[in-house]
Amino acid sequence: MSHKAHVPIGPYHPLQEEPEFYKLVVDGEKVVDVDVRIGYNHRGIEKISESKNFDQSIFIVERICGICSSSHPIACVQAIEDIADIPVPERALYIRSINQELERIHSHLLWLGLAGHFLGYNTVFMWAWKYRELICDIMETVTGNRQNYAMHKVGGVRRDIEREHVSYILTRLDEFLKQLDMLKGAVLDDPVIHARLKGVGVLTKEAAIDYATLGPVARASGVDIDVRRDHPYAAYDKIKWNVITREEGDVFAKTVVRILEMYESASIIRQCLDKMPQGPIDSNPKDIPAGEGIGLAEAPRGECFHYIKSDGTNSPTRHKIRAPTYMNFPTFKETVIGETISDATIILAGIDPCYCCTERMLIVDTKDKIFMNVEELIRLSQEATARIKEKMGIK
Amino acid sequence: MNLAEYLFMFLVFPGLLFSGAAGLVIGWVDRKVTAMLQWRVGPPWYQNFLDTAKLLLYKETLIPKGIARGYFLGMPLLALSAATLASTVLLSANGSTRAGFLGDVIVVVYLLMMPPIALMLGAFSSANTLATVGASREIKLMLSYELPFLLALSVPIVKSGYALKLGDIINYQAANGAVIGSPSGVLSFLAMIFCIQAKLGFVPFDMPEAETELMAGVYIEYSGKALGFFKLAKSIMIFALPVLIVTLYCGGVGSGGVVDIMKGALEYIAIVFIMILIKNTNPRVRIDHAMKFFWGPVAFLAALSCVLAVMGY
Repeated sequence: MSHKAHVPIGPYHPLQEEPEFYKLVVDGEKVVDVDVRIGYNHRGIEKISESKNFDQSIFIVERICGICSSSHPIACVQAIEDIADIPVPERALYIRSINQELERIHSHLLWLGLAGHFLGYNTVFMWAWKYRELICDIMETVTGNRQNYAMHKVGGVRRDIEREHVSYILTRLDEFLKQLDMLKGAVLDDPVIHARLKGVGVLTKEAAIDYATLGPVARASGVDIDVRRDHPYAAYDKIKWNVITREEGDVFAKTVVRILEMYESASIIRQCLDKMPQGPIDSNPKDIPAGEGIGLAEAPRGECFHYIKSDGTNSPTRHKIRAPTYMNFPTFKETVIGETISDATIILAGIDPCYCCTERMLIVDTKDKIFMNVEELIRLSQEATARIKEKMGIK
Repeated sequence: MNLAEYLFMFLVFPGLLFSGAAGLVIGWVDRKVTAMLQWRVGPPWYQNFLDTAKLLLYKETLIPKGIARGYFLGMPLLALSAATLASTVLLSANGSTRAGFLGDVIVVVYLLMMPPIALMLGAFSSANTLATVGASREIKLMLSYELPFLLALSVPIVKSGYALKLGDIINYQAANGAVIGSPSGVLSFLAMIFCIQAKLGFVPFDMPEAETELMAGVYIEYSGKALGFFKLAKSIMIFALPVLIVTLYCGGVGSGGVVDIMKGALEYIAIVFIMILIKNTNPRVRIDHAMKFFWGPVAFLAALSCVLAVMGY
């Protein structure tokens, strides 16, 4: 007879420092079932956005996630531009692409560091984050901020890339690529890392399609999708680059995809800086008519989707957001079960989960009947606290 | 020697106070070198003393409800006293080769086995799921490294004419050159380094604690003085195990003059640096990898060195 125990990870992740709760049902070291709970930190961004005007809602969606603070605004402004067919000057498109790719590099590096930390390889953690500083420096030069760039607006971008900054960006990028070569060697050629990651948490191509996975998770399982190529936006159709895919679907493949994507991103930035035409960066649109629009952007974790409905006033009447991690979460059922606890943590981290993107709230429509009002909820909470105090013997 | 002298040796020099302080300093060296490797500043040299003092003097010791209190609180004491005793025996044998007794090598080996066992029993008694997983890993890890550890350990013993006394092993090396100078010595030294790494629970063999998987695993329910004792026991182990290697392979840390002591200190530091380097250039391995590693290549290496030693190489 076997004894099944529950190993909790969360409700506050010991490493990613975000609220989530994984319940691993284990038999010895082996994981036999997994349950994921999110929703500890719901902020009601969609609803807040509906109470702001179009310009303000871009700032709100930027704060969904500090890491994707370029992808969400881009998807959002594209949705608004889609409603009114607002033209965007070409230079602004290039600047958007540069911003997106810088964000991708810094996000992938951040993940690489955390993955190292998950494996107890703190040197990789520290080194990856050190080299991420170079990218953050470039970000600061381009947008004025290391995070939360406030770069995008309907009809263009807010800041231009000055000519004297281009050479600085290129030298920093060169510096970074040298370090990335070293980091790539240290991670991809390490036999112990091979032993830890290869064949671990395999997500087959069929499962990846069935679960509708996105981004690097899908690409590591051989699903060749990328919004940048399939639904080109910004300047992605004007330059040459490759979509990186791998067939294996294990954590190692996910690592390889992310590392190689950083090289592609660097090449995209270089080409954009090279090809960028002179001209205005903003078409200064005035009114948003009634209508619906969607915006897609390839965030570092996958497709980021925004839907906006306008009734002709200056604020959206419906704003729907789907962040990529939401689609990648359920694959845990496929990848974690059957592995050991040691591997479970890195598999859970393998999709690069972003909890703050993923918070959802379920609304049960009770047909205007009120079951409980605020006072009753407060009373319930107070009663629960009293019970806990009594149980613990605290007065 | 009378009781007071023994007590002094155990509690002050070279026992608890000295070994503990030395262990905390070595712990700082580990933290500082690690920090430098990772482009961080690292803590000041007295950081570990502050941490330990905080645990021992100020922090509350919480005891989970419904557990075996005796085990839970006794195990940290057992770990600390065993580690201290091991360090005392080791250092006094180094101080004067006549100080030991017949079979003190075996006693040291047993004493060094006690802290992991105490940690494991303490973790099991805390009745926490994560601690239990950590403790079961600790057992598996111990079963893995003890075989090559003992095999490797037999090389210096065989080399020095089957001497079961630390003093005799040191004397033999003083007369015939260090054990590490021979082929069997080198092989067994290599095996030993891996075993020591695992005994100390350093990366890549830190799976019983595995902060990112089990959130400190075996230590999870410990706090205050109990945790402080465990940490102090570990510090003493960090100090004592490289001393054991220097004693067995490099002819002791030395007490015969400044040059001798300098040589011993350099060897000691070199071994500590090897351990820190291994620690910082590897990810944590899985427990089944560790078992395969120790029972496969490392045990083979140790057995080979043992055979070579018997054949006289």
